[in-house]
Amino acid sequence: MGALVSLVAVAVLALLAFVAVASDDLRLVFGAVIPGVAFAVFLVGILARVIRWARAPVPFRIPTTAGQQKSLPWVKNSELDNPSGTLGVVGRMFLEVLFFRSLFRNTRVELITDREKVNYIGTKYLWAAAMAFHWSMLIVVFRHFRFFVEPVPQAVEIVQYLDGFFQVGVPVIYATSVLLILSLGYLLLRRLADAKVKYISLPTDYFALYLLLAIAISGFLMRHLEKVDIVNVKAAIAGWASFQLVVPEGVGALYFIHVFLVSVLLVYFPFSKLLHAPGVFLSPTRNLANNNRAKRHINPWNPPIIGHTYAEWEEEFHDKLVASGYVLDKE
Amino acid sequence: MAEKSPQELIQIDLDPPRRNWMDPSVSFEDRRGTWSYPGVAKNLEYMDFANPREWSPTDEDWKLPENWQQIIHDGFKERLDKYRSLRVFMDTCVRCGACADKCHFFIGSGDPKNMPVLRSELLRSIYRADFTTAGKILGAFAGGRKLTEEVLKEWYYYFFQCTECRRCSVYCPYGIDTAEVTMMARELMMLVGLNINWVVEPVANCQRTGNHLGIQPHTFKDNIEFLCEELEDDVGIHVDPVINKKGAEILFIIPSADYFADPGTYTFVGYLTLFQQLGLDYTLSAYASEGGNFGLFTSHDTIKKLNYKIYHEAKRLGVKWIIGGECGHMWRVMHQYMDTMNGPTDFLEVPRSPITGTVFENARSTKMVHICEFTADLIRNKKIKLDASRNDNYRVTFHDSCNPARALGLFDEPRYILKNVCNNFFEMPENTIREHTFCCAGGAGLGNDENMEMRLRGGLPRGNALKHVRDKHGVNLMSCICAIDRATLPPLAEYWAPGVEISGVHELVANALVMDGEPERTVNLRGEPLKPETEGTTDV
Repeated sequence: MGALVSLVAVAVLALLAFVAVASDDLRLVFGAVIPGVAFAVFLVGILARVIRWARAPVPFRIPTTAGQQKSLPWVKNSELDNPSGTLGVVGRMFLEVLFFRSLFRNTRVELITDREKVNYIGTKYLWAAAMAFHWSMLIVVFRHFRFFVEPVPQAVEIVQYLDGFFQVGVPVIYATSVLLILSLGYLLLRRLADAKVKYISLPTDYFALYLLLAIAISGFLMRHLEKVDIVNVKAAIAGWASFQLVVPEGVGALYFIHVFLVSVLLVYFPFSKLLHAPGVFLSPTRNLANNNRAKRHINPWNPPIIGHTYAEWEEEFHDKLVASGYVLDKE
Repeated sequence: MAEKSPQELIQIDLDPPRRNWMDPSVSFEDRRGTWSYPGVAKNLEYMDFANPREWSPTDEDWKLPENWQQIIHDGFKERLDKYRSLRVFMDTCVRCGACADKCHFFIGSGDPKNMPVLRSELLRSIYRADFTTAGKILGAFAGGRKLTEEVLKEWYYYFFQCTECRRCSVYCPYGIDTAEVTMMARELMMLVGLNINWVVEPVANCQRTGNHLGIQPHTFKDNIEFLCEELEDDVGIHVDPVINKKGAEILFIIPSADYFADPGTYTFVGYLTLFQQLGLDYTLSAYASEGGNFGLFTSHDTIKKLNYKIYHEAKRLGVKWIIGGECGHMWRVMHQYMDTMNGPTDFLEVPRSPITGTVFENARSTKMVHICEFTADLIRNKKIKLDASRNDNYRVTFHDSCNPARALGLFDEPRYILKNVCNNFFEMPENTIREHTFCCAGGAGLGNDENMEMRLRGGLPRGNALKHVRDKHGVNLMSCICAIDRATLPPLAEYWAPGVEISGVHELVANALVMDGEPERTVNLRGEPLKPETEGTTDV
């Protein structure tokens, strides 16, 4: 149900952009005004959220320790899974953010009821799809810099060259374009086919996937089917940088659909689960060292709570203490 | 839970139903055996906890305060501003499902709301509706829910069906820690008077007497003296327990279960045997007679309140540093909360073993050393003589208790000790040990009898791994470093892997320990005769 509602929502959004193309005024709105506003909302929204997180204190140091602690000098500790200091934390975060180390540990439980057996089988599908999606996405976004920056930075050209290394099709089909669509397709199918994941999915989980898929597919079609004139697009986008709102000449509906859906994504981002992107950096179970006993962690709002004192305890149990021969502080 | 056999209980369907999880419905009447009785009024009153009253979850009316929704809303807001963890954990979940089948309660029950992601969603759905723009505008489409009495009842059922073991957190790509979420949910429920008696009674006991079991100082002394006399009579080991000694070098803090009931008591006399042999200048305390801290399952304020006595007593007695015994959640508190809450400890000294001279740099600030760290250091420096063959009756495996595993990373110290004190050691399958370890399903206050069906269900992963090594290697003893484990694992083992007993690590240390001028050891700490083919003493 949620999956369907989300599909309809994304379809309606795409249709909106498709219809808008008919009117010159709306071309400007959909091709320039909305993207500009969306980008501003994205930046401000993310910033506001990160500031909000960052301003909330971290009263306790509660890392999840997934390896041997640093204790005695001859006990080999696992610095990346149980960091004892900043260097280890940086390493742990590096692996977490760039290579999804925690997800790499994933297992699947298998219950063989007639043999009374529970097995845990390592499974890397989710990890592989997540890696494929996020890295492709990163590279695709990076490739788009050739529209925004003149001259095109060398790094972009190198990535572009490597991405099109196999030289398939004209224009060249980038490996990441294909991977992006395939990995999103897998993540979507998994959500629909795996009973457990389907059960936990919210409509918005599908919405994000449909939206990204629609963006990826419209972009792919634009390049390979419609073969949009990049020079015009680039000229128009260059205008944005100097706040000149223009729409590129000679672009069709796909362009507007693509740009509008990207705008929706940008606006949606700071208000949704897509916040996991900045959030992963702030997770207190991952970004703190497990050195609690070596170095005191300060809670800025540590409440002034006093427990039951020894004197109160001694007073309450005075007679029993005396009868049992305890030495008292107060006779 | 004698009604269902293991063969019946394991008929679990892990595929969830088709209906929407957002419709709350828990029938407490139908689910007896899977929930815990509520906190008794007198305990709440003693602790000044909110809304003390007599009630039962099976009642229609839970006698909540008039404005309970407002109280929870305000409490939620306050905590979002005080804990970055809560804020980040509420915002970042993508429902990828990696955690779904990592929870022992889910594996053992198939109840979809025991998937960690959904446990958190119970809280997160309210967060969205109350505190996020998308949730306010889009409502259920964005996963928002209104906090109704039905939702609250669901909270009670599922947040007292989480043992805060943190296993799911190991696999979460964003490090979302369900233990932290459960702690927050329990705090919020506390505000309107929802808690379980197996947590609040120990809390009230601990506040008054110093320990969870409510053992008063005269009984404390009697118990310990009795255990030592028994040790001398049955095993021939003489120890002189030291209590409330001012000026001792080391304060020794233990969970109260250790001096109260088998098999914890064997571990207790195990510690004392080791200290006796070392001539260690230590003292127990009748006031700080509990290392455990059920505040951890209540509220952060309660953790601090109950933990207060540790440093307070260390200061009063004038000790130099502290050793802590084998206890799981106690060590989570000592490691992750104590120094922050009740430090700094400028009146103590950096721990230094008087036997080996080793300075425990990892405890430089807290001044508290885990007994396994202390003993591993002794063995490494060859300061004790061990005859591992005295444990030849046992084929041993080691259960990593949740908190020492996933809150400290104390994996190799106990294993090093075990491999030195017994000849037959076998690991359980790798996805069930170390950071992947499975809970005893009785932690976080859930180890009570009325919750037995859920304990046995949640105990399936551990029990099944244990059965595996029992059948494959003839394992007959599971050692662990947690007092709650020593109380909750025996019924679990009896049900899922009959024939396996439970012990602490220091029980086995004392069995193997060769003492100066000791008479020949013929029985182990449990009074069972040693295996006849005892070989010669090995120096280590």
